[in-house]
Amino acid sequence: MAELDTSGGGGKKGGKVRTKKKSTRVDLTAMVDLAFLLVTFFMLTTTLSKPKAMDLTMPDKDEKKKDEKPVPESRTLTILLGKNNKIEWYRGLPGKPYQGTAPTTDNFGKEGIRKTLVELKQKIAQESGGQRMIVLVKPSDHSVYKNTVDIMDELNIANIEIRAIVDILPSEVELLKRDGNY
Amino acid sequence: MPRVKIPRKSTAIDMTAMCDVAFLLLTFFILTAKPRTDDPVPVDQPASTINEQLPESDVAVLTVGQKKVFFGVEGPKVREELLKQMGAKYKIEFTQTEVNQFVALNSFGVDINNLKQFLALSAEDKKNYVQPGIPIDTTETSQFYDWVREARKVNANLNQKELKIAIKGDSKEEYPTIAMMIKALQKQKVNKFALITNVKSALK
Repeated sequence: MAELDTSGGGGKKGGKVRTKKKSTRVDLTAMVDLAFLLVTFFMLTTTLSKPKAMDLTMPDKDEKKKDEKPVPESRTLTILLGKNNKIEWYRGLPGKPYQGTAPTTDNFGKEGIRKTLVELKQKIAQESGGQRMIVLVKPSDHSVYKNTVDIMDELNIANIEIRAIVDILPSEVELLKRDGNY
Repeated sequence: MPRVKIPRKSTAIDMTAMCDVAFLLLTFFILTAKPRTDDPVPVDQPASTINEQLPESDVAVLTVGQKKVFFGVEGPKVREELLKQMGAKYKIEFTQTEVNQFVALNSFGVDINNLKQFLALSAEDKKNYVQPGIPIDTTETSQFYDWVREARKVNANLNQKELKIAIKGDSKEEYPTIAMMIKALQKQKVNKFALITNVKSALK
């Protein structure tokens, strides 16, 4: 293979006495060690994961739209994002909760909003004959960016497609204040 | 009877092939690795269960942190053209050296009137310089609006593709900053964004 002929060129009749050539073989072990060390180093230091991105579509701000239908209150869930990772949700339209249900304070996570979302989704589908739930997300000024991402993620997990991020109303800020979430 | 002795072979193994492989791998990793670019402000990205990858080109990244917005767009050609367009718009002449400096910049957050001074800084000074963020408000006259608008135009011209706007926000960033940025973007009818997130598993 990668060896040179080092057989010293002897064999001729009455040949001169030659000094024996030394082998040209180099011990590559150290070099291999070094190379693998570097490979390992690079593999460990590079971030293999490329950035992941979540798509977010905001409702069109164009006021001139005419074909907009009013949101049916029976299928609407409004989620208010407060401070300290607290959520408040209620069904129905702003100012007039559906069937008088009081706004509920909730947490993020499996036992919190995710459970609520899944339950409500089924409930609304049953009540309205298979129609889908509409979710309005309203981040308040004291909520952090993470909350918005988290809630969108929960909606993705619960497979709720009709959703929008909307500006919070003053009355809803009052609501958050009342419950100590603002 | 004397035993037949098996001649011992040398324990030295030919390492050449292994060496080749090792260096091949090394070269591969070095060439494919994209240098991690530092964010101008520390950004702790929130995690989500989304597993869609952000495209590597035709994307503008808006980094948000400490109530500041930083702008960056992928592709050296796009950046070069963008700076020229913005220079023309704000009547600032950029020299070729400054353009080159700008192309090397991943993202930045300075007033365009101070951009010349910022580009003149050395790499070390740039790192230490506290960037104030791009001036932004919800009207159509802010510099932020123009940067995004020009970037979209330039990208559409050069790559014949719609520029995707990606938001890279810090977890702890309060919502008003994000809301203002989104409003400014919606002024130019950009209603679709990509939020850059880390990965987490769905089941906690």
